[in-house]
Amino acid sequence: MWEQIRANRRRSAMLISLMGVVLVLLGYCGGEAILGGGGGFIGLIVAVVVLLVQLGIYFAGARSLVLGGAGGTELSRDDCPRLFNIVEEMQLASGLPVTPKVLLIQDPSPNAFAFGHKPEDYTIGVTSGLLHRLNRDELQGVIAHETGHLKNQDVQFMTLAAVMLGSIAVLAEIVWRTMRLGGRARSRSDSRGGGQAQLVLLVIALLLAILGPLLAQILYFSCSRKREFLADASAAQFTRYPEGLASALEKISQAAEPPAFTNKANAPMFIVNPLAATAESSSVFSTHPPTGERIRILRAMAGAALADYEVAYRSAHGGGLIGSQSLRAAPAQARRDASDEGPVLGRGEARATVRRNAGYVPVRCTCGLEIGVPPGYERKDVRCVRCGSVWPVPAAQAAVPPVLNATQPMRYTRQRAGWESFRCGCGRSVLLSPTFTASSVRCAGCGRQIEVTPPSAAQN
Amino acid sequence: MIASIGLLILFGLIVIAVVLVVWAIATYNGLVQLRNQLDNAWAQIDVQLKRRYDLIPNLVETVKGYAKHERETFERVTQARNMAVNAKGVGERAEAEGMLTGALKSLFAVAEAYPELKANQNFLGLQEELTSTENKVSFARQFYNDNAMTYNTRIQTFPTLFIAGMFQFTKRDFFEVKAGPEREAPKVSFS
Repeated sequence: MWEQIRANRRRSAMLISLMGVVLVLLGYCGGEAILGGGGGFIGLIVAVVVLLVQLGIYFAGARSLVLGGAGGTELSRDDCPRLFNIVEEMQLASGLPVTPKVLLIQDPSPNAFAFGHKPEDYTIGVTSGLLHRLNRDELQGVIAHETGHLKNQDVQFMTLAAVMLGSIAVLAEIVWRTMRLGGRARSRSDSRGGGQAQLVLLVIALLLAILGPLLAQILYFSCSRKREFLADASAAQFTRYPEGLASALEKISQAAEPPAFTNKANAPMFIVNPLAATAESSSVFSTHPPTGERIRILRAMAGAALADYEVAYRSAHGGGLIGSQSLRAAPAQARRDASDEGPVLGRGEARATVRRNAGYVPVRCTCGLEIGVPPGYERKDVRCVRCGSVWPVPAAQAAVPPVLNATQPMRYTRQRAGWESFRCGCGRSVLLSPTFTASSVRCAGCGRQIEVTPPSAAQN
Repeated sequence: MIASIGLLILFGLIVIAVVLVVWAIATYNGLVQLRNQLDNAWAQIDVQLKRRYDLIPNLVETVKGYAKHERETFERVTQARNMAVNAKGVGERAEAEGMLTGALKSLFAVAEAYPELKANQNFLGLQEELTSTENKVSFARQFYNDNAMTYNTRIQTFPTLFIAGMFQFTKRDFFEVKAGPEREAPKVSFS
């Protein structure tokens, strides 16, 4: 696996340098051609400035670019222990140095993505639709694919490649425009002496300005597709169960609508390109390989090792994917058996988790509907949208107590006899019903017993 | 003329020596890095195994409250746990772990016969934790074995083996859970 990363890094470094060479050449030749003798250095400076600006733009807005304004909630272990167990299992299987953070996005469309440039920032995002649609094996496959991206350092590389691509495009545009503007001026003032060399440079600059961005794009997208295949191969290796990911991909690609927060800029980040989920073929400008082909390769695997993926890939796609050195280093692996566990979160549970983390207070109506009362709701009661009955809103305690550790005792004095909720020291909200008569309640978050003083006693 | 040839040879020898030393340093560092990764992978297995040992007494206590007549099963689990805790070396450890896994399976099979136990939140939580811990052990084991193989291959192959021999990099055992009694179908008694 380490060989795999090293081989990846070598190939990536070559690719980025290639793009860098194009950028430098374009800057130099463009400068020489437009400004005449010595202009090449000015062109180089322009190229560097363009690159820096692109880098700045990208890193300043990376997070919001990915989420596209959909700000998810970061899950804690208590919210969904099984999801966290899966993430931790995949961390162990991949040997990732840290456990990635988990971001839940309330969206019915199933999809997942990974981002983060440093191990501390590694994050795996999942939509609530994904959690209740996939069973445990499938979800494990998806998390393994995303862990594979993090492990193979795809996020860093694709970012860098995107920045390079953007810089080349911008510089080509600058060269192209100034050439058209400056062309006339040059033809008047230029001396005949260095004409020939100048002409050659001009042709190179023109060619680069036209072909550079195109070539860079083709390179970028072919890399993107290759890395999806590689992450699939890693997922099969980590889970030892290729069928899990295959069937997850099937379910994801069959989803009716892409998540609401997807756009052209963040689409390459997802496990299945949400804007081209059902595409049966890929062009040189596709970010992902066709999902059907990915599924076919996964299902054709004989075992679960990288070598098995390579064999299946060769027969389906032609050409090799994984370097021979990595294949030699990777051990053979048998498949494991399927597990029979269902989804980790029910349909309503994911939604309830998002709301609870946002400070919503749950009120359970007798008709079975759970009403989420948003924070800052002013009225004293709330009407059930299904059956129309009116329920009092639990009075949240005004002051949130400071965070206590699990051993510290806690006491809560009831404000009234109706529904009531308060926050435990661990941050979890605890709900008391009108029929609650016990002297203490157990917090579902940290497990501590919280002493409860009845309202009448408080008035005395 | 002769002096210059001598100088050339001397220069050539120095270059070769420098290249050799640089190669030796790089190889040595590479091996140390691999060995540290391996130690770290082993530590990960250890963490999960310890967690499992900590969970087991809780589980036994919970089940005892509902299924008093399954003394034999409890004893087997407790005994297997103690054996695993006291095991030394990778091989012995792996064997004890295999037995513990088998004992736990029969404990969960016993639990199937007690619907009240199966509805107990505490029990369900413990069951999820134990199942996942077991998954984690197997994933950590897989990672450890991958690394052990890379490491073993590296120190046994030419030319790295010279450096490995010089600095006492020794071969590591794989952590294989033995196929043994744990692979038997658990016996369930409804008496």
